[in-house]
Amino acid sequence: MDPSITPNAMSRRDFLQCTAVAASAVSLPLVPATLAAAPAAPGEAAQAFAEPLPVVLKVNGLTHKLSLEPRVTLLDALRESLGLTGTKKGCDHGQCGACTVLADGRRINACLTLAIMHEGQEITTVEGLARDGRLSPLQAAFITCDAFQCGYCTPGQLCSATALLAELRAGDASAVSADVRRPQQAASDAEIRERMSGNLCRCGAYPNILAALRGVAAQPGAPG
Amino acid sequence: MRPFFYDRASNPEHALDLARQPDSRFIAGGTNLIDLLKNDVQQASRLIDLNRAGLEAIQATADGGLSLGALARNSDTANHPQVRQHYPLLTQAILSGASPQLRNMATNAGNLMQRTRCYYFNDPAFDRCNKRVPGSGCAALEGFSRNHAVLGASEACIATHPSDMCVALAALDAVVLVRGPQGERRIPLGEFHRLPGSQPHLDTTLGEGELITAILLPPSPFQDHAHYLKVRDRASYAFALVSVAAGLALRGDVVEHASVALGGVAPRPWRVPGAEAALIGQRVGTAGFDRQAGGVADALLAGAHGTKDNQFKVLLARRSIVRALQLAGQPMGGAV
Repeated sequence: MDPSITPNAMSRRDFLQCTAVAASAVSLPLVPATLAAAPAAPGEAAQAFAEPLPVVLKVNGLTHKLSLEPRVTLLDALRESLGLTGTKKGCDHGQCGACTVLADGRRINACLTLAIMHEGQEITTVEGLARDGRLSPLQAAFITCDAFQCGYCTPGQLCSATALLAELRAGDASAVSADVRRPQQAASDAEIRERMSGNLCRCGAYPNILAALRGVAAQPGAPG
Repeated sequence: MRPFFYDRASNPEHALDLARQPDSRFIAGGTNLIDLLKNDVQQASRLIDLNRAGLEAIQATADGGLSLGALARNSDTANHPQVRQHYPLLTQAILSGASPQLRNMATNAGNLMQRTRCYYFNDPAFDRCNKRVPGSGCAALEGFSRNHAVLGASEACIATHPSDMCVALAALDAVVLVRGPQGERRIPLGEFHRLPGSQPHLDTTLGEGELITAILLPPSPFQDHAHYLKVRDRASYAFALVSVAAGLALRGDVVEHASVALGGVAPRPWRVPGAEAALIGQRVGTAGFDRQAGGVADALLAGAHGTKDNQFKVLLARRSIVRALQLAGQPMGGAV
């Protein structure tokens, strides 16, 4: 069909301008899309649920007073409310480990827990691993060993590895420990691989991540 | 995630009071529940946070056993000195499940309460799931059923219970301690998870408003000879296709007592009373032991049948049972 004879012919630019206006009109109401879209739960008005609560989070040594809905995950609070975007959202379902942070020194998946459940804890993200402008030994080893390619999983890998070293120091067992009745402190490759299995790397930097960890774990009194 | 109200329980009684509110759910580690809420597989108007309810103690009991607090983390339970020394089977099983991050969050009671990882249950895009929407049918029956049950299933549901920890608890004759509006009661682990029958939406025998407070372990004779064997599609961080918790008590090298439970094959940790009797009196490391281990497998797998996708599990389970018993008979950690 010849466009020139189409009734009410509209140029591509006209069309795009039109749809842009329509799109902004749709997003005009000052309610987050997630709230507006959420159907009311049984027996209660959705509006009542949306009430934010005061939540005090201590992250990387700083105390933050936030106002959050109970359903906000720790991951979203860190990234969206505190601007700490070092912690990554990979799968958002506890399957990839990109969101790994430390809560009172223990590694957890920030995507599968609510921010409000972590009041009173010391949260450490990848932004908090360096001290006084100096990279942690693990961070330095990741650079030396080229333990990443795209880098998206790296913050989770680093937080996870930091906790791994503490777990080894404590003598924690793993699924590949020969006799779980005895304290485990030998950081064999098999032990490190098993203990890092909660952190996926789609670039496949595993050999270099292993090398970085092996090097730091072998240092006496490995501080992580 | 749909919005919800949030309450924080300061002790078990407070938690039970809060749970009287309509459409409320307990949350502890959250590793399964938050995922289910995100996917809209489950809904709740109110979450009651148990993390400050003071139920994390792991302590000796008067009968010489151990009480595992409902709120103790899986990682703390696995690495507790008393658990490692006296219940190594439980340590092995816990550490073979999930990842270190998840085990640091997940609690003992939460492990019992986790839902199946049936693909169709976990994705509301599928209309048919009797466990998620009672009466809607079962998409797994005609769909892909590699990780589904070969024992204890029904025409309404072929989902498995995904836990490793519970398999060891079954082999160790654990008891679930529960508090509710009618007071306290004890549920043997073997009676805690339900078979689906015509009501697959009911996973457990836990009553309305009841709260798990502890898991009780009787004294165990399996502190020296125990093996948890997990067979899965990758070496770590995957659910079991088949798992076996095997414990042996030996006098010299002769079996005095044995216990075997299966995971990954049924809607609950699978035990058959008396299945282990054939092993009593056998000498580990002999052909007779291996033969009787096969007899144990036959007893445990009686009536097993799979789908086109998981029939392999029956033979895999048989061989895994024999292998786990052989390994349990050896010194832990191999000949060192």
